[in-house]
Amino acid sequence: MSKAIIESGNVAAAMAVQLARAEVIAAYPITPQTPVTEKLSELITAGRMDAEYVAVESEHSAMAVCIGAASAGVRAFTATSSNGLLYMSEQLHWAAGARLPIVMCVVNRGIGAPWSVWNDHQDAISQRDAGWIQVFAKDHQEIIDMTLKAFRLAELVHIPVMVNYDGYYLSHTYMPFEPPDAARVDAFLPAYQYKHALSPERPESLNTVTLPDARLDVNGIKRGGYMDIRHNLHEEMGMAIEVWEEIDREFQGHFGRGGAPVLDPYRCDDADTVIVAMGTMANQFRVVVDRLRQDDGIRAGVLALQMYRPFPGSRIAEALQSARHVLVYEKGLSYGNQGALYADIKSALYPYPSRPQLHNFIVGLGGREIPTESLYQTTRAACTEDRMRPPAQSDAPQWIGLQL
Amino acid sequence: MQKTNDQIIQIRWHGRGGQGAITAAKVVAEAAFRSGYGGAVMAPTFGTERRGAPVTTSLKISRSKIYDLSPITTPDIVVVLDHMILHEVDVTAGLKPGGWIIMNSPRPAEEHAFPGYRTAVANATRLGVEAGLRKGVVNTGIIGALERASGLVGIDRLAETIAAEFAGRNPEANALAARLVYDATLIYDNQTGGSPDA
Repeated sequence: MSKAIIESGNVAAAMAVQLARAEVIAAYPITPQTPVTEKLSELITAGRMDAEYVAVESEHSAMAVCIGAASAGVRAFTATSSNGLLYMSEQLHWAAGARLPIVMCVVNRGIGAPWSVWNDHQDAISQRDAGWIQVFAKDHQEIIDMTLKAFRLAELVHIPVMVNYDGYYLSHTYMPFEPPDAARVDAFLPAYQYKHALSPERPESLNTVTLPDARLDVNGIKRGGYMDIRHNLHEEMGMAIEVWEEIDREFQGHFGRGGAPVLDPYRCDDADTVIVAMGTMANQFRVVVDRLRQDDGIRAGVLALQMYRPFPGSRIAEALQSARHVLVYEKGLSYGNQGALYADIKSALYPYPSRPQLHNFIVGLGGREIPTESLYQTTRAACTEDRMRPPAQSDAPQWIGLQL
Repeated sequence: MQKTNDQIIQIRWHGRGGQGAITAAKVVAEAAFRSGYGGAVMAPTFGTERRGAPVTTSLKISRSKIYDLSPITTPDIVVVLDHMILHEVDVTAGLKPGGWIIMNSPRPAEEHAFPGYRTAVANATRLGVEAGLRKGVVNTGIIGALERASGLVGIDRLAETIAAEFAGRNPEANALAARLVYDATLIYDNQTGGSPDA
């Protein structure tokens, strides 16, 4: 870590965008994302980054500008949080459907009403079906590395990528990380080449009204209708998991870091209790796992989910085949049902022979403190519970840290 | 397999919005990291800041990478940039027995006796002016008192880190303030005693 620096997570994200040589930045400030946009604007003004900063009047326009830039064959970036992400929702679906390789950092924050500037994952979870790839970082090194890899992935699979990291826990916290060497980044991430880039010499019709049925194009070649196009998005999104793994191997070759791009297991090899979580909470659980093993003789492990969409369902199910208890802790839910991640994991396990006992915990909404002690207590209680609860009860999420 | 760390030094900083506690904590994080602490995590209060209002910043330092980013609840050391905050905030909340209270105060260390704790006190406000800083700049000076009490990093490395952090903003005077405070810090050990007022 000789070249490591100590900076905030937002600065780590901005440095990644600078190293990626993004050419258009369009963003609207919102807490806790604001310092990312401030830093990028500063770098551009100081001449340290050759990009156009487009100051827009809303997040909807920020994404519209990125869509325009990417359509013209230009590498584009934006960042947002919370209600800002929701305000661009229509454009998110458009960017994915139009297969534009935009990269966006989402600095995760609770959604109003009521207003909260603090962290949870409901913003990202609410957009999980938009057709974007979603990855989650656990520390600053992952923010900078993941953002660089995200540009590579987006441009290889032509699907936009959302890099999520926890508001405040990472965005405003300072910790050491090593910025990748700029020359090596250039080798890892070649300039964006888009074969459908808008050009007066080569007119094309893009994303016009598409009929329910397939039809012949002007050259007499059969082209899919809306459903076929959407099917391809789904299929190619599934294939993006392997592309992401391949990118991670390449990244490792260049920078020596990586090796857990989809799932990052900690002490899971012999674990009969496995916790599944995303973002910083997964790292916090490493401390809990060590204590459960040392003080209670519980063979616990934590499986950090690094990629949420496409959902690596079969990989997760296989990783959980020898677990007796699986505890899903999450900072967001599908209201009226249960934790979104929990439901995903439960459905991933259904076709597999071993179905561990599942527990769902909702924690830390709107920045409610997540004491490590309470993670320890709730985990220990759940995996030492001997009586079987009725199915409907055991399937319901347990809210941790309520102050009602 | 890399284990999570067993020993984390937890330092909570109390100051007022705009007083520079975050910068001070960042300097100490940087210096600690450069001197071989692989884990250094500095987290400002998660919230909305107002100038002049009491604020806190968390600093965790460890020999290895820190995985737990939850806020400090049981600090080993608290650093108080303004002794008047004692009237508004319980700075000893959660402080471990025998822990340190590092304070900028014009009053002698004995007058800041907290039963069960050790105090390190210096007049960083006056010494800052002596070092050539604008009156009221105390965040670099107080680092000297922290070092005197904890011996965490070494005053030379801290002075260097301060000078680098304040490049273009009076670096020598800021570094000197930390050295002057380091030399002037008085320690009062009240681990076994009661309150002198009692």
